[in-house]
Amino acid sequence: MKVEQISVFLENKAGRLAEVTRVLGEAGINIRALSLADTTDFGILRLIVDKYDLAREVLKSKGFTVGKTEVVAVEVPDRPGGLASVLAVLARAGINVEYMYAFVQHSGKNAVIIFRFDNLDEAISLLQKEGIHIYKGEEVYRL
Amino acid sequence: MIRDPYFETLPREELEALQLRRLRSVVERVYHLVPFYRRHLDQAGLKPEDLRTLADLERFPFTTKQDIRDNYPFEMFAVPMEQVVRLHASSGTTGKPTPVAYTARDLDTWGELMARVLAAGGVHRGDIVHVAYGYGLFTGGLGFHYGVERLGATVIPVSGGQTRRQIMLIQDFGPTVLCCTPSFALYLAEVGREMGVNFANTRLKVGFFGAEPWSEAMRQEIEQQLHLDALDIYGLSEIIGPGVGVECLEAKQGLHLFEDHFLAEIIDPVTLKRLPPGEMGELVITTLTKEAFPLIRYRTRDITSLNYTPCRCGRTLARISRIRGRSDDMLIIRGVNVFPSQIESVLMEIPGVAPHYQLIVDREGHLDTLEVAVEVDETVFSDEVKQLQRLAQTIESRLKDYLTVSVKVRLVEPRTIPRSEGKAQRVVDRRPKGGVSS
Repeated sequence: MKVEQISVFLENKAGRLAEVTRVLGEAGINIRALSLADTTDFGILRLIVDKYDLAREVLKSKGFTVGKTEVVAVEVPDRPGGLASVLAVLARAGINVEYMYAFVQHSGKNAVIIFRFDNLDEAISLLQKEGIHIYKGEEVYRL
Repeated sequence: MIRDPYFETLPREELEALQLRRLRSVVERVYHLVPFYRRHLDQAGLKPEDLRTLADLERFPFTTKQDIRDNYPFEMFAVPMEQVVRLHASSGTTGKPTPVAYTARDLDTWGELMARVLAAGGVHRGDIVHVAYGYGLFTGGLGFHYGVERLGATVIPVSGGQTRRQIMLIQDFGPTVLCCTPSFALYLAEVGREMGVNFANTRLKVGFFGAEPWSEAMRQEIEQQLHLDALDIYGLSEIIGPGVGVECLEAKQGLHLFEDHFLAEIIDPVTLKRLPPGEMGELVITTLTKEAFPLIRYRTRDITSLNYTPCRCGRTLARISRIRGRSDDMLIIRGVNVFPSQIESVLMEIPGVAPHYQLIVDREGHLDTLEVAVEVDETVFSDEVKQLQRLAQTIESRLKDYLTVSVKVRLVEPRTIPRSEGKAQRVVDRRPKGGVSS
């Protein structure tokens, strides 16, 4: 039920993001979703890709600091209040969202949102109990 | 192991009597043979006969690196060129190198002192010694080389550079001893890791690291990564090269100075007054036995302290503490004295922080700024911004506590700080030159 996310440490200087995408592109890796958290000094790029192991390997070989985080891909109804209904479930259970970002593509009629929670397993079982669809890793990488 | 049980364990009174005898002889010689010292002593109103006790030395003037430069190239030599069999030189920061000379007997002394160094680390006949200090004008490579041969062990004269090839040689030739700068030792470990080498599977057992200041935390790092005992060695080309002092394997606590050849004092670098044992200051050395290039009260610029308490290894020789920095490398940041090695020891205490760092000193308006660039590797990396910011803040507050000046920490990508295959370039000072530095 968990999805593997790659995170990359980037210094705030020109061309670093371009370099990451170039390295991935040359290795034939497709980026499925991404978000960039930035501060004045550095940024953290978070990526969901179709070939996790290969992406990690090529980035490391180019000297990037690469981390791995488990995240959850949640199907969210693509209508007003859709995301709010999912977040309400989590809020009631006191589960904290560390960060979240939207998937580039839709799955049928619904949106896919990537979540990082402070308590991943609790969040997964709660969402499933509430009948909210969570994607398996393989589904997400191929989406 | 003690190579020379007589000289290395002399009772203090006998050692001081020997030092005085040798000191009087060297002062007598330089007064008559080196015009610089004749002028220097005459100006101070001193004659060699004024030296009746070791304490009288305090009245004699210092010799500085500038004095050697002013007598470039060979005016400070105390023997005619026909007796000089070797020249070395230290790299000059101002363009001209500082040449130093050796007679055949000086080389003999040097080889013997380097054999003492190696023995202090338990090296003996049958050991294989990988010497990765530079060979050439720099004294590091050849200094170790002759010591190893004198001891009767096997030397591999690798010299510097070609790191991957060095690691191959360490695996294939099976050296038991490694000699290089501490920053190169860490670089070897890093490149070795990349190559998939586990140093526990090599035959290395002991290493001698010197030619730049390093810290206790760096010793632990080197010992863990290279699986050997890491010993600190001290020397400088003006005095003889490596072989002025070394740590013993038994205690690893301070470097024994070979006091039968070198007389040590510690002075306050500002007031120039002699400091008592235990106090931190600049090391001043007088060579007692050198023929070609003797120096009286040479200001080494190295910051350390002297310790006369007996050592468990049995040597009676005084010990200097790890070099804390150079009095000229001392940065004055907003009026506070800061040594790069202090910053290093703070960084090394923080788990996961890589030993690669750079200090960038600048000035904004009239205020000095100190920025420390620290590499982020996988052990500290987090995909959450707040974790990384917390890391930077932790480093900043520890440095502030220790140095009493505020420091900005900048997290940078791995391998963006220049690596050295020789001495580390730790400090970039961008402040305008010639201005007031505090």
